[in-house]
Amino acid sequence: MDFSLTDDEQLLRANVRAFCRAEVAEQAKQWDEDERLPEHILRKVADMGLMGMQVPEQYGGAGVSAVASACVIEELAATDGSLALTVASHNALCTGHIFLAGNEQQRHKYLPELCSGRALGAWGLTEPGSGSDAAGARTTAVRRGERWILNGSKTFITQGSIGKYAVVIASTDPSKKQHGLTAFVLERGMPGFSVGKKIEKLGMRASDTVELVFEDVEVPLENQLGEQNRGFVDTLQILDRGRIGIAALACGLGRGAMDASIAYARERKQFGQPLAAFQAIQWKIANMATELDAAWLLTVCAAALRDQSKPFTFEAAKAKLYSAQAAMRACNEAVQIHGGYGYTREFPLERALRDAKLCEIGEGTNEIQRLVLSRAISQRFSRA
Amino acid sequence: MFDFSETETQAMIRDSARSFAEQVLAPRAAELDRTGGFPDKSLSQAAQLGLLGVNVPERLGGVEAGVIAYSHVVIELAKACASTTVAVCVSNMVAEVICSFGTVEQQQEHVPKLCAGAYKVGGFALSEPGAGSDPSSMRTRARPTDHGWVIDGSKLWITSGSDAGLFVVWARTSDGPGTHGITAFLVRGDAPGLRRGKPEHKMGLCGSTTTPLELSDVEVGRDALLGQVDKGFRVAMMALDGGRIGVASQALGVGLAAVESARRYALDRRQFGAPIANFQAIQWMLADSAAELEAARLLILRAAWLKENSRAFTREASMAKLFASERACRACDRAIQIHGGYGYTREFPVERYFRDARVAMIYEGTSEIQRMVIAREVARRFQRAGAS
Repeated sequence: MDFSLTDDEQLLRANVRAFCRAEVAEQAKQWDEDERLPEHILRKVADMGLMGMQVPEQYGGAGVSAVASACVIEELAATDGSLALTVASHNALCTGHIFLAGNEQQRHKYLPELCSGRALGAWGLTEPGSGSDAAGARTTAVRRGERWILNGSKTFITQGSIGKYAVVIASTDPSKKQHGLTAFVLERGMPGFSVGKKIEKLGMRASDTVELVFEDVEVPLENQLGEQNRGFVDTLQILDRGRIGIAALACGLGRGAMDASIAYARERKQFGQPLAAFQAIQWKIANMATELDAAWLLTVCAAALRDQSKPFTFEAAKAKLYSAQAAMRACNEAVQIHGGYGYTREFPLERALRDAKLCEIGEGTNEIQRLVLSRAISQRFSRA
Repeated sequence: MFDFSETETQAMIRDSARSFAEQVLAPRAAELDRTGGFPDKSLSQAAQLGLLGVNVPERLGGVEAGVIAYSHVVIELAKACASTTVAVCVSNMVAEVICSFGTVEQQQEHVPKLCAGAYKVGGFALSEPGAGSDPSSMRTRARPTDHGWVIDGSKLWITSGSDAGLFVVWARTSDGPGTHGITAFLVRGDAPGLRRGKPEHKMGLCGSTTTPLELSDVEVGRDALLGQVDKGFRVAMMALDGGRIGVASQALGVGLAAVESARRYALDRRQFGAPIANFQAIQWMLADSAAELEAARLLILRAAWLKENSRAFTREASMAKLFASERACRACDRAIQIHGGYGYTREFPVERYFRDARVAMIYEGTSEIQRMVIAREVARRFQRAGAS
């Protein structure tokens, strides 16, 4: 048993922290208001090797562990949720799916570009009528000669308008529902592939979220990703992995809010003493610290299992469910500790609270995580 | 590198504790809870298995399996019988404290007896009627004499107070400030002048005795002094920090037992034509408990790992204790809810789990004390980080 980070993981984390302090902290408010991240920031993130974290070096990735990736996401999120979400989704979804299911040719074709950040990746599963229930996907892919013809639409697609590539899940056999789904790699500029409405959100505003529309998009056969009708099986694995990222993101949002609260509570004086001297405030901080540590341990536990190639579906669900809730509570209490100031945009707490809400919804709602966990009811609940 | 797998030793002692718990403790638990008294027989069997000296060196009669293994043992025992577990926990801590602060002679004199069950179990005597969370208001006094010390005062809430053969007793040897001036002593259960009071009637842990102790001019030799004069609070802190890992593990064990009962019941019980496990209302409760108890387990193991590697673990032990006790209580409450009316009866064990879990939010430092410790430690760490 070991509860420590390796030297490499600590170094990576320290680098990301320094980067966030120097180049993100002051700017994040503006990005939130602009509802976009500047290109130079994404380039820097890519130059640090954060756009293909778990992809092996032979494909241009950084080849670091799932634990290290979780550290990076946590650290980014402590300063800016939108940037963390962009990095997390680019890594886990589009890039992760191509690495997981792609053949050698596809890996060599797409991964170096994605890992270097020259291209951003989007991933399309959700549809207007099919959110938690992927079996209801209505986007279709029909074989016509040497082409697949895609029709339909996807929504809530992160990096949908700024991504060069999009992995899209479509039904190749509607009669088989989720067992008739297949993944395809689409490229911006393909005729009939367009960006629909930009989605205006409560939080994570600097992260790009749009609808994608497919009107008779002709997709070459070699763009089919993984086996036909096996898209759902791969998708479940991608979601399991992605949940570790969102859990780490939640941990970071909560920790950023907690750190800000501790600093504020030491500065701010009322009734002749710092807020930090009052038990009402101490209690909030103690609860935040404990819950966020618990959340972080669940997250690294799932990541470490993944690194050891052991099953981690239930652990990822627990981590994602608990971390999202802990982050919401922490951000909410952070706004409370900051009082009126916490409610203003002058401080980053209201943004953190808005950003945190995404973690209870994206990559499977809290309710879906509980559904996953309830499958363990007829099995054993925990290894303890 | 993060790694959550266990060693062979840890797995072995966990399995041995599990089968002891399932075969010996579980069948006796309901009866022990109902009739009260003290689980002499179970404790002597636990001693034979080495469970009274899990983190104690082999040369002193322990099994030297480490803190993580200790935590595993406590979790397993508590799944079956929290009352017996609490006596085991305190006795282990007494042995550990003597290993840390005792002289070679004290270690050789007392630790093998504790591990072998020759003292039945050990006990801690820290709390007093007027000194609970705040030990600086302690009034028991120890005066030096030509041969040693005379201790005079009264103690309260002493676990295993009816039967323990050896106590660590804290007394004032000088007046403050604060906790300075408090000294720890080893006092045998048969010391003249030591009177064991009547066990308290408690909500739970009914098979564990909790008594007052009266010390009327109890004479002890120089060899009774544990650690340094006036610096006994350090001994108490070490016992409490380590004890918190134990209490957290106990709470987790009880919580896991409650979830397991609820899970089985939910699969078995049919309403509206289906097992109630098919309803999301029930699934949600079980899922939340599973996630929370898993988090508790990791907090506990982290604190145990830090202690095992001789690193600071005060903050982590407090977090583990706060979180595990509160979430275990919640899990027990949900388990009763899932059982419905049956859960409220003594026909099912969940009402006992609920009663047994509740004390974990109070003893070994209340939840409020844990939050004080955590807030202080977090602020301190933050200050250091900010300065660097």
